[in-house]
Amino acid sequence: MKNQKKSIVPTLLIGISVVFFVVMLVLPLVIVLYRSLKDGLALYVKAITAPNTLSALRVTLIAASIAVLVNTFFGLCAAWLITKFEFRGRQVLSTLIDIPFSISPVIAGLAFIMTFGRMGWATPFIDWINSTFGTDIALVFSVPGVVLATIFVTFPFISRELIPVMQAQGNAEEEAAAMMGAKGFTIFRKVTFPHIRWTLLYGIILCAARAIGEFGAVYAVSKTRGQTFTLTLEVDALYMAGGADSITQAFAVSSLLVIIAVAILLIKQVVEYRAKRTEEA
Amino acid sequence: MKKKSVLAITVMLLTASLAACGGSSSASEDESSDVITITNVSYDPTREFYEAYNELFVEYYKEETGVDVEVVQSHGGSGSQARSVIEGSDADVVTLALAHDITLIEEEGLIDEGWIDEFDGNSSPYTSTITFLVRAGNEKDIQDWDDLIKEGVDVITPDPKSSGGACWNFLAAWYYADLTYDGDVDEIKAFVSALYNNVLVMDSGARGATTTFVENGQGDVLIAWENEALLALEEYPGEFEMITPSISIKAEPSVAIVDENVEENGTHEIAEAYLAYLYSDEAQRLAGENFYRPGNEEILSTFSDTFDLSVELCTIDDFGGWDQAYEDYFQDGAIFDEIYAY
Amino acid sequence: MKSTHTKRKQRSVIPGRGLTMGVTITMLSLLILIPLASILTYSFRLSFSEFIELITRQNVVRAFRTSISCALIAALINSVFGLILAWVLVRYDFPGERLMDAMIELPFALPTAVAGITLSKMYSDKGLIGQFFAKYDISISYTKIGLTIALVFIGIPFVVRALQPVIEKLPPSLEESSAMLGASRSYTFRRVILPELTPALLTGFGLALARGIGEYGSVIYISGNSEKNGTQVVSYVIMQKLNSGSADYEGAAAIALVLLIISFLLLFFINMVQLAAGRRAS
Repeated sequence: MKNQKKSIVPTLLIGISVVFFVVMLVLPLVIVLYRSLKDGLALYVKAITAPNTLSALRVTLIAASIAVLVNTFFGLCAAWLITKFEFRGRQVLSTLIDIPFSISPVIAGLAFIMTFGRMGWATPFIDWINSTFGTDIALVFSVPGVVLATIFVTFPFISRELIPVMQAQGNAEEEAAAMMGAKGFTIFRKVTFPHIRWTLLYGIILCAARAIGEFGAVYAVSKTRGQTFTLTLEVDALYMAGGADSITQAFAVSSLLVIIAVAILLIKQVVEYRAKRTEEA
Repeated sequence: MKKKSVLAITVMLLTASLAACGGSSSASEDESSDVITITNVSYDPTREFYEAYNELFVEYYKEETGVDVEVVQSHGGSGSQARSVIEGSDADVVTLALAHDITLIEEEGLIDEGWIDEFDGNSSPYTSTITFLVRAGNEKDIQDWDDLIKEGVDVITPDPKSSGGACWNFLAAWYYADLTYDGDVDEIKAFVSALYNNVLVMDSGARGATTTFVENGQGDVLIAWENEALLALEEYPGEFEMITPSISIKAEPSVAIVDENVEENGTHEIAEAYLAYLYSDEAQRLAGENFYRPGNEEILSTFSDTFDLSVELCTIDDFGGWDQAYEDYFQDGAIFDEIYAY
Repeated sequence: MKSTHTKRKQRSVIPGRGLTMGVTITMLSLLILIPLASILTYSFRLSFSEFIELITRQNVVRAFRTSISCALIAALINSVFGLILAWVLVRYDFPGERLMDAMIELPFALPTAVAGITLSKMYSDKGLIGQFFAKYDISISYTKIGLTIALVFIGIPFVVRALQPVIEKLPPSLEESSAMLGASRSYTFRRVILPELTPALLTGFGLALARGIGEYGSVIYISGNSEKNGTQVVSYVIMQKLNSGSADYEGAAAIALVLLIISFLLLFFINMVQLAAGRRAS
């Protein structure tokens, strides 16, 4: 603060923040890393290169990247709709979009099972598609099921980042461009996009981070290790396997997730920093 | 106006993404099309056993018929595993913690009635029992069930309303009290109630309870499956002791073919061979090595060093079978709710 | 869609309304609403009286009380610490600030199961922090305190991230002029700064609360799940309904429905707050 008087308040506040930060956020991380290396590097390497881990890593990456793609597309459309136009039910619509934000992952999983599971009402329809087109689509207990569940839990992440920024930006520039006869996509690309690109990237990063870490919803629709398991499920499986070694391995795989998470968050930080700099420039 | 193109884009995006991952997941099956895959949906503590057994079976089946088999395993809490089969996971066989979970699948019409008589010993190729795991030195001097209701003894056992395995624990305690108090229901309830009042942490599943006791150091005694307790002794040498109570229950993990799925997959023959081979001498010995009591008496007796064979065991039939027991003790509002009221 | 078209008097000149409306509604329906509707239909298999009987059962009511009270306390704690953290991150420079800023979202990214397992170990009476409290006979893991700590962990980024942009926009001159006019620090904070931050604080509080009420993964490992000690949360009761020997889908769906309604109302409230704040600003 720019106060001339030397004050104890900033020091106190910083102190409180640092303590809270270390106890609540840093310590758990340190414990994960410490536990994963407790029995030596060899076991660590063995854990993270095990076929099940690699398969889980693949499923996680597939699910996360599809979720990011789908939600980016959706987020842009939804943000455009909600910020550029006035219409009845806008409030309800934007609340509905936010639902996955606060929903219990248990409910998300349950919802998919009750829709696409064996007793789900959409199942006869899928069976019909499969028998007619000779396909073999399964929307639960399969990789597509994992993807759907991941999309569900990360659904509002990008629109939620975009909406406030686009709202703050106002519509004047877009309106002017439209008056001059610019086409919709051109307006988006030339006028809107430059303003939101950092926000969009930030949303994408958050969405990816959340997608990689999802557990509850995916747990309901994925049951086979080495095939449809994601990294988080692999951690759970290893932890529940009970042996002393496997618990260390569980922490090793966790540490992989932690490293991915921290890396993503650091990238996010760089993105934010650059965004601020371009703003200032 | 643009509705059609909108829908087209959206649907394309969705199907493309689903197809993308659908394709990659089925790739592994295409590589080796002459390998037949069956799925065994099992519960948590059998992981190590089936890992070894699958190897044994694959070799045996190749030798017998020349067919390559791959067995996919799925593990989790017994109840939630049964549910995943009901919900459509493609299990060819189920090997669960208790018959009741298989009955649930039967009620959905996926398994034919009478499955329990399809294989020997109530379709339980191996059994286990309920024992106590205490910390080395047994400071609280726990020897039998009545030591668990002493003041200051912290017990760890999972929630019978959420875990099938935990029901065995409850019933074993009940049976002990039944004999001790000569069938006086009020006294029995008071005993079991006192026991559950000593429960420090009630995990949602048996594996969770073991972890709480072993890894997080909670409680003085874990009421555990014998195979879990023996595994913990092996994994953490010198840290724990196993105490076998005077009376316990014969826990029968049941196996069954999921008839509807094997019909669809054309895997009935293999599924049947898979379960039948569990009764072979090799598999029975393997079960013993993995701390399950082999159903074969002769082979069981060779493991007398591992298992305390003198313990008096009741069976689920003493409670009128699983469906009756579930109704009497574990349903909402049944005895467990009554004794565990707050 | 048609009705909104005709009812609108002045259409925005910006194109893309139909397209984005179509995409948004189609995707929202396919991916979110249709699956959620299944929960509704399942719970409607119960008659109304069965539904009421089920959700007013003692263990269900108790679980709701536990979930809501712990989430409420956690959200309050988060509001206080979130405000301090956000303030410190925006206003002060200190070593490690950037790192701290980066890591705030860790609870979003860290798998909830990993968080739960780690926290339960850390705060158990043999754990790194728990053993310190165990000396004073306070146990944290497997009690409501542990449960609340897990929810604090889960909810902190919501509050910090809601507040940060607003504090950034708050001109430091505001405090300076207030100070020059002779106002005390606490007066400045209460009367000048806090009102500006209230909408954002409410948003963060509401999101943390909504997330906390439904939380599962991080909570089951640390809560002890004892009906007796009141440490069963709603999500656990839903799972219990499903996994117990009856596979009670209707019961699970009924409880899930109540939880869904609570989430929706909370979110709706948050959106109203944001809208009101937006209006006031412009």
